[in-house]
Amino acid sequence: MADALLMDVERRFPGGPALRVAVEIPLGPVVTVLFGPSGAGKTTVLRCLAGLDRPDRGSIRFGEEVWFDSERRRFVPPQRRGVGIVFQDDALFPHLTVEGNVGYGLGRSTAAERGERVAEVARLTGLEGLLGRRPGRLSGGERQRVALARALAPRPRLLLLDEPLSSLDAPSREELRGELRRLLESGGIPAVVVTHDRIEAMSLGDRLAVLAEGSVRQVGPVAEVLARPADLAVARVVGTENVVPVRIVSREGGLVAVEAGSARLTAVDPGHLGTAAFACIRAEEVLLETEPAPTSARNALRGRVAAVSPEGPMVRVTLDCGFRLVALVTRRSAEELALAPGREVFALVKAPAVRLVPHA
Amino acid sequence: MDLAAFRLSLALATLTTALLLALGLPLAHWLATSRWRLKFLVEALVGLPLVLPPTVLGFYLLVTFGPHSPLGRAYAAVAGHPLAFSFDGLLVASVLYGLPFAVQPFAAALASVDPRLIEASHSLGVSGVATFFRVRLPLAAPGVLAGTVLAFAHTLGEFGVVLMVGGNIAGETRTLSIAIFDAVQVLDYASANRTALFLLGVSFAVLTLTYALQRRAGSGWPTRS
Repeated sequence: MADALLMDVERRFPGGPALRVAVEIPLGPVVTVLFGPSGAGKTTVLRCLAGLDRPDRGSIRFGEEVWFDSERRRFVPPQRRGVGIVFQDDALFPHLTVEGNVGYGLGRSTAAERGERVAEVARLTGLEGLLGRRPGRLSGGERQRVALARALAPRPRLLLLDEPLSSLDAPSREELRGELRRLLESGGIPAVVVTHDRIEAMSLGDRLAVLAEGSVRQVGPVAEVLARPADLAVARVVGTENVVPVRIVSREGGLVAVEAGSARLTAVDPGHLGTAAFACIRAEEVLLETEPAPTSARNALRGRVAAVSPEGPMVRVTLDCGFRLVALVTRRSAEELALAPGREVFALVKAPAVRLVPHA
Repeated sequence: MDLAAFRLSLALATLTTALLLALGLPLAHWLATSRWRLKFLVEALVGLPLVLPPTVLGFYLLVTFGPHSPLGRAYAAVAGHPLAFSFDGLLVASVLYGLPFAVQPFAAALASVDPRLIEASHSLGVSGVATFFRVRLPLAAPGVLAGTVLAFAHTLGEFGVVLMVGGNIAGETRTLSIAIFDAVQVLDYASANRTALFLLGVSFAVLTLTYALQRRAGSGWPTRS
């Protein structure tokens, strides 16, 4: 495929496990999240894409270009890849001002062009008032914005972000997360974001590639990968949570009504919501009943058991209640309620147990 | 004070320092970034003058520069005079002898620059050489300055190698430190004292200035918190 980034490489570390990564990244305006636990090799993948690290074997193709091919001994240096990278710790040049940092990669343009582009990117990233400052006098969030602006300024063909929000405190992380998604969309270039944070993966990504035990185990739309892990390794990495894409219907008194498939859910308003979001419900927070009864839970969903699978002392019950919902109940409860495929049940979920993660 | 000796010492120290910057920076950069397995051999070689008696280095250089070696003969054929006991020979000897005093601080300063900054520069399309001048050198500037000053001050006061390779020819190879030795030899303590005091003053002033500048530079560029 000509309009994709194809990576199929092997990287070995002395005394460590080998990393074998085969992944295809579409070259449209799509954000791919590389998700995995710490030490899974996510950063190494990113560094190989940027040309800062050289795989031991394999190839990397960017559309028609060959960036790396171990058999043909081909290696395109980072300078000629046109890749923008944002490091975990911003890595700003401490001896240059914000303006100098953002304009750093614009060496071949005239001073006027450079100034224009810096101003443009600064406007986009909200840095107009800070151009004269040194990085040492910026907050964590501002520094990360500068790092992003610096990477975007030379109009890269691919943007790589390595845990871009992990060095920030919680409030600035919340704030920058939504903004980052908007910036990635407006950039219109393919982006790869490395993270081990589910919320970050959901709010930033279009596609999710799960890296576990030395290889990419599953790639697909974010909600699908989170909701249907392909194997146990992926399930361990992404957790046992229900992730449902929802549409915001209405808001009232700090609560939000959302549409999930053909069902409606009530959740607590987390703020910063647009029109689309993901609803996350932990499987162990879903109560099952066979009769409708008065309850304080705001969500009582009528559904049918689709599958039942024992997991140690627990039973994983998959329901169809307008969307796919997994509940984790004890083996005894499952027996007492006679849970079996086809049985009609009510799933109870408290409003605060439905966590909404904004997406665009 | 011997004015000719002063001019000579100044010229020797200045030229030596300039050459050490030109040769030492690339060498230091290589030492700071290379992952060659046998790098320690080069490090040991560069560091030798720190522990070697100046007379040993001077002796070998004298043999190498002399008319019985191919290098000595080649130089004499081109320049018309032998390399030993000439200013040029003195310069070569001073550069070799001053190498560790410049290269070690250079290498330490260049190596202390965060490798991510270098990688960030490369990924922004900037070549290795341009990155050196735009990122690594400016950030290593205090250390490079310290190395430069140290090399200058050290060359200004060098005695053993100068005497071995250059001898004691007025206006050609007689530096200030040799002039002090001469004065003491003829029991002219007053002259020796003046020159010695001058060298002491210059050395102290240069070092004071460097440390003061470094302090300023250190607080002027706050790095990551």
